Amino acid sequence: MSAFMLPALTLWQREVVRFLRQRSRIIGAFGQPLLFWLVLGSGFGRSFRYPGGDGAGGYTEYFYTGILAMVVLFTAIFSTFSVMDDRKQRFLQGVLAAPVPRPAIVLGQALGGTTLGLLQGVLLLAAAPLAGVPLSAVGALAAVAVMALMGFALTSLGLLFAWRIDSTQGLHSIMNLALLPLWLLSGAVFPAEGAHPLLALLMRINPLTYGVAALRRTLYLNRPEAVSGLPGLEVSLLVMVAFALVAFLAAVRTAERSAG
Amino acid sequence: MRSATGGELALEVVDLRRSFGERKALAGVSFQVRRGETFALLGPNGGGKTTLFRILATLLRPDGGSARVFGHPLSESPAEARRRLGVVFQQPGIDPKLTCLENLIHHGRLFGMRGAPLRGAAAAQLERFGLSARAGELAETLSGGMQRRLELAKALLPGPDLLLLDEPTAGLDPAARLDFGAELDRLRREQGTTVVLTTHLMEEAERCDQVGILNEGRLVALGSPAELKQSVGEQVILIRTDDPASLRERLRERLGWESLVLDGGLRVERPGAHALLPQVIEAFAEDVRSVTFGRPTLEDVFIRRTGRRFDASPGEGAA
Repeated sequence: MSAFMLPALTLWQREVVRFLRQRSRIIGAFGQPLLFWLVLGSGFGRSFRYPGGDGAGGYTEYFYTGILAMVVLFTAIFSTFSVMDDRKQRFLQGVLAAPVPRPAIVLGQALGGTTLGLLQGVLLLAAAPLAGVPLSAVGALAAVAVMALMGFALTSLGLLFAWRIDSTQGLHSIMNLALLPLWLLSGAVFPAEGAHPLLALLMRINPLTYGVAALRRTLYLNRPEAVSGLPGLEVSLLVMVAFALVAFLAAVRTAERSAG
Repeated sequence: MRSATGGELALEVVDLRRSFGERKALAGVSFQVRRGETFALLGPNGGGKTTLFRILATLLRPDGGSARVFGHPLSESPAEARRRLGVVFQQPGIDPKLTCLENLIHHGRLFGMRGAPLRGAAAAQLERFGLSARAGELAETLSGGMQRRLELAKALLPGPDLLLLDEPTAGLDPAARLDFGAELDRLRREQGTTVVLTTHLMEEAERCDQVGILNEGRLVALGSPAELKQSVGEQVILIRTDDPASLRERLRERLGWESLVLDGGLRVERPGAHALLPQVIEAFAEDVRSVTFGRPTLEDVFIRRTGRRFDASPGEGAA
């Protein structure tokens, strides 16, 4: 294994092990999305009708995909806080003083956040039948892949801030300001059709919109007519790959600067 | 100076400078450390130790000057230098949520170690630092002294040629401090590891081969503890008096002694002064409240070179 992958993988493994050792984090990570989904989904209940949907599952069904995206997003945010912890506890100093290329450090961190998001995403994916989502085996696998891509992009984006900002409070507000709206305006919570034109425009230029669209398309692989109004799968994947790449490279750049 | 007598240079620092805004943290520092030596950077808090340490640890770039670790310039080839360096920061850098063994394993992999050799090396380090029994326990359950030892085990795992320690005994109780000192001695004796440490403790600097005293961003003294102390004189006499300024004048007139006013007393460095003490006491019996006589310490060196007291309090870390 190269001098690049070994450090990246060891940092990745550490991230996952740390997560599994903190029971409160596990409970929060799995409990919160379920709670969110059940409360919000059933709150809006069947009164919510969205264009393009066949109305069978109502909002609970629509919001299910949004919750999958949220899980990935929140985990990405949380794992950037763990980078902040590392800086405070000075673990990161030791890593920075080791002969490890900066991109390998960022890759390890990004893979860590991606994996944690996936762990939760996969668990939540098992609830698809409850949401009335007709999930096929191929669709499930494809959905996992999309979530991985989404997780990598969002964690990288979070890392971009985490390497630059040195207070937990500061990071908190940036996350609320930058990452949460990204999710709100991605079609995870409400569809672009029927939204105010300005919002619809914002949604169109939001890269996460394409992540959520790709996710919906994979979940509804058997029933494409239910998601016909969304961007196509190929376009969506292309946008997400570009998003992930740009966010990762930007995070690496920030890390390289802050190390000097 | 011993550093001028040749031998492979482990560390060569030339005219290192670094400012933070208007403040000059390092105003041109130069020194050399030969392989196998222990070198102490002694100085009060705010003297520039931490800045210098961060530059040597490759975490901060200097504004000017250069530093080489075994010939590798830090600015151009930090990766090469990092491979030769073992760094122990003042704040603990171990992961409290990992076990002692895991801490070492992850660290080893950052240095490209893996598999059976890594496991063997990690076990050997734990053994050496008396942590084998705690190998599987989370680092957060260790006492402060033990965490410090784990920190050292971690830094030594990849077999560094140069060990950098920032205030290694800050926050340790006296017993743990002694332990740590003994550990460093052993390291030097058995493995010949070159050690550069920062400290504000005289005793810690005293046991090193070479000492550089750092004050306000400059090295005000450089040499072995013995050389430095000798430069002050063989004996130091402290005279307590109510009117130091006037006594100072009279000492100069009557005996030709130069002295330094310090903390409401007078400090005299003079070989053979003890023989003349009775004269002083007799001549100035009215003015002298007490006389203390002793061999010079590194603190005396500091006072001599800076004209002020070395007033760092123990256990206090530099920011």
